[in-house]
Amino acid sequence: MSERDTDQGKRQFLVAATTVAGGVAAGAAAVPFVASMLPSERAKAAGAPVEVDLSTLAPGERVTVEWQGKPVWIVRRTREMLDTIRGNDGNVADPQSKKKMQPAYATNEMRAIKDEFLVVVGICTHLGCSPVGKFAKQAEAFDPSWQGGFYCPCHGSLFDLAGRVYKNKPAPDNLVVPPHKYLSDMRILIGEDTKGA
Amino acid sequence: MAATPKEPVQFSGAGPLNTPISGVLTWVDQRFPLMSLWRDHLSEYYAPKNFNFWYFFGGLAMLVLAIQIVTGIFLVMHYKPSAAEAFASVEYIMRDVPAGWFIRYMHSTGASAFFIVVYLHMFRGLMYGSYRQPRELIWIFGMLIYLCLMAEAFFGYLLPWGQMSFWGAQVIINLFDALPLIGPDLSTWIRGDFVISDATLNRFFAFHVIALPLVLLGLVAAHIMALHEVGSNNPDGVEIKKHKDAQGRPLDGIPFHPYYTVKDIVGVVVFLFLFFLVVFFMPEMGGYFLEFNNFIPADSLKTPPHIAPVWYFTPYYSILRAITEDFMLVLAIGVAAYAVLIRLTVRDRRIGTAAMAVALVVIVLMKGGPLAIEAKVWGVAMMGAATLIFFLLPWLDRSPVKSIRYKGWLFKTALTIFVIVFLVLGYYGTQTVTPAGTIISQIGTLIYFAFFLLMPWYSVLDKTRPEPDRVTM
Amino acid sequence: MIKINKLIAFLLFVPALALAAGDHIKLDRAPINEEDQASLQRGARHFVNYCLNCHSAGYMRYNRLQDIGLTDQQIRDNLIFTGAKVGDLMKIAMDPHESKNWFGVAPPELSVIARSRASADGSGADWLYTYLRGFYRDADRPSGWNNTVFANVGMPHVLWELQGEQVLAERKVRGEGYMKTEMALKLDKPGKLSPVEYDQMVADLVNYLVFMGEPVRTDRKTIGMFVLIALGLLFVLVYALKKEYWKDVH
Repeated sequence: MSERDTDQGKRQFLVAATTVAGGVAAGAAAVPFVASMLPSERAKAAGAPVEVDLSTLAPGERVTVEWQGKPVWIVRRTREMLDTIRGNDGNVADPQSKKKMQPAYATNEMRAIKDEFLVVVGICTHLGCSPVGKFAKQAEAFDPSWQGGFYCPCHGSLFDLAGRVYKNKPAPDNLVVPPHKYLSDMRILIGEDTKGA
Repeated sequence: MAATPKEPVQFSGAGPLNTPISGVLTWVDQRFPLMSLWRDHLSEYYAPKNFNFWYFFGGLAMLVLAIQIVTGIFLVMHYKPSAAEAFASVEYIMRDVPAGWFIRYMHSTGASAFFIVVYLHMFRGLMYGSYRQPRELIWIFGMLIYLCLMAEAFFGYLLPWGQMSFWGAQVIINLFDALPLIGPDLSTWIRGDFVISDATLNRFFAFHVIALPLVLLGLVAAHIMALHEVGSNNPDGVEIKKHKDAQGRPLDGIPFHPYYTVKDIVGVVVFLFLFFLVVFFMPEMGGYFLEFNNFIPADSLKTPPHIAPVWYFTPYYSILRAITEDFMLVLAIGVAAYAVLIRLTVRDRRIGTAAMAVALVVIVLMKGGPLAIEAKVWGVAMMGAATLIFFLLPWLDRSPVKSIRYKGWLFKTALTIFVIVFLVLGYYGTQTVTPAGTIISQIGTLIYFAFFLLMPWYSVLDKTRPEPDRVTM
Repeated sequence: MIKINKLIAFLLFVPALALAAGDHIKLDRAPINEEDQASLQRGARHFVNYCLNCHSAGYMRYNRLQDIGLTDQQIRDNLIFTGAKVGDLMKIAMDPHESKNWFGVAPPELSVIARSRASADGSGADWLYTYLRGFYRDADRPSGWNNTVFANVGMPHVLWELQGEQVLAERKVRGEGYMKTEMALKLDKPGKLSPVEYDQMVADLVNYLVFMGEPVRTDRKTIGMFVLIALGLLFVLVYALKKEYWKDVH
């Protein structure tokens, strides 16, 4: 071995070039492994948009449908329910749903395309429990002047009948409105909206 | 690992932090032998400078091990070890899991690649006498790795739950049936059922994904520690440690890092080129890497018309099938002749007498009428012996030189014939039984064992050339 | 070493050649092109029309047909006759136990049939192509049909209206220096399609079955090209690096 004819510059360049190329190759090799942990075609098929017929849903009632394995609530709100929502703006943290990315049709007081139907993902925005529906306007242990809405049993977050979170509760945001669209007057598709979001 | 004397460590709260990296390294090194591990195994591990083509395969075997472990982990995330779901879950991986097909093909190709690389690595050892003193333990650890690998491959092959998975496992487990007295109970115990079933699949899964990989990793560590303790052999079979410079560095050695790291990287890239050529363009490899019948779900009521083990087991499978009732006479004569050979040539008479006595017992068990054990048992025994006999190599080879370069025509011919016989046995193991095939397998079996058992004689008779003092490039 | 390698190669292949002439079925080569999307789409249509009633393809999702150039809407409109969604698997309603009573054996799952039918005699495609053209009238069989590559097959000739009816008849052929007779297929009653049209239809169907056996097949070859090119470039670099360092070693 001798140091006579070693060209240190060339050597360093080759080491650097190989390191970079090897790094790129290793990064590329990691892609399929990372990708394999994404939802599979089966999961996607199971999470495909769900069509729901609303005509059988009685006023004041709720139906729960499964979309992407999550509960989606559809509540057919009565005129009284809508009135309590209008009177509730002062109690909730984000009355117009300005705060979080929501579909454009949810950034209003009623958080709905049609006021009559509330469509929300039934998962608390705090830590993922599913709140309980407490629709009756009556005194409750958690709120003596309860206007009707949803109560999360895990950490006591409250939501009104528009899925808006009450002030000073653990949950940071209003309930999520899933992408959805009306196929006809009484048929709704959950999981896909007109803009294809 | 040789304990290199370390500089006395001074624990100063704030060491000389020239750069953040060297600072962290110093901090770690004061608490963990990082630098000494690096020196002992890489930057100051002196390897002979005359490694040739055949010295790529040890490192490549490690690479394949890493590939198998990583792809295996990701396959386990989607695979279902249950008789009802296993086959479907493999197709699910192939179709529905993003890039699942790529990971699965890497794993299935990796299994075959592992054996190709390991067989070439073993052939290197045979050529250059890498098993000879002082490297007997390296060889033994290596053979244990090989056995472990065969078990790993066998357990893993059941998991896709295709027809070949099922019937391959069926045949191999039924080999244990042959063992005297405990046989049938033993094979039932291995299966955990009266047929291969969900219970069998679950335990094979446990062995394949955790038990054997742990053993394998331990053995690989032992193999490398033993190697780095005594130092690598080389194509000349001479010890580079005999000639050292003033600093105690072997004159014919070069630091593993950077010289062999840069060289092995070239080997890795070439290997990966061939590996991915198979993965992307011929993952079935004509039915040798993925057998066609394994695309039919396991059916315990219907054996496929032609079943053969995966190619890497076929030499041993041929030996198993070669042992027929007719062939027992030939084997008995062979045993007798071997005992006579020992008696006539070994100076210590007691050894010769002992050999005659052992041979007599064996012959009675082979052909002794009512005392004889059936041929099926001997087939299993011979197959086992064929794998285990490799362990004895360090003591069978009594040639004064290690490397084939300085051995004479006897050894060269013997090794060539052995390799050919190994390949021919492998070929016939993939074929359906024919009378001609059986006879060829029987001749092959005799030659296979003769290569090992006669080595103490021909390796001494062989006309060797003197080894050089230093390695040649 | 080179001499030894040659010797090994020679000695290994002599017995291989000697044994290659064992018993095997002569298969017709399937004239298929896995990149011909029109053929694959026709094949998919034949598959759902003629096969997917008794056979399932329970590992294959309808929307995977996007890979052969169809949109979800086209799949929904033209290829799904049941209430299935495009993301669903190609399953069938038939109970395997019932069908076992009808045919003697349960109709096999077809998702990977093209892969499982490969053998030393030819590819799975060749087998399927020969099989689907190899039905002939046989009064001794319960279904009235037999097959040249699958003796005593349980499946009746589903496509007989298209192909017509074949019989197995003696035919004189030129042997080595003498005439010999052998059994060959003969079209007895023509069907709706001409033999050429029928062969083309079967080829399309087989092409589809091969695609369905491994939908990723064409993609994997494309990706493979890039991987190999990248490794080729990396080789140039690492080889130069090795050369550079090994200048030190004399």
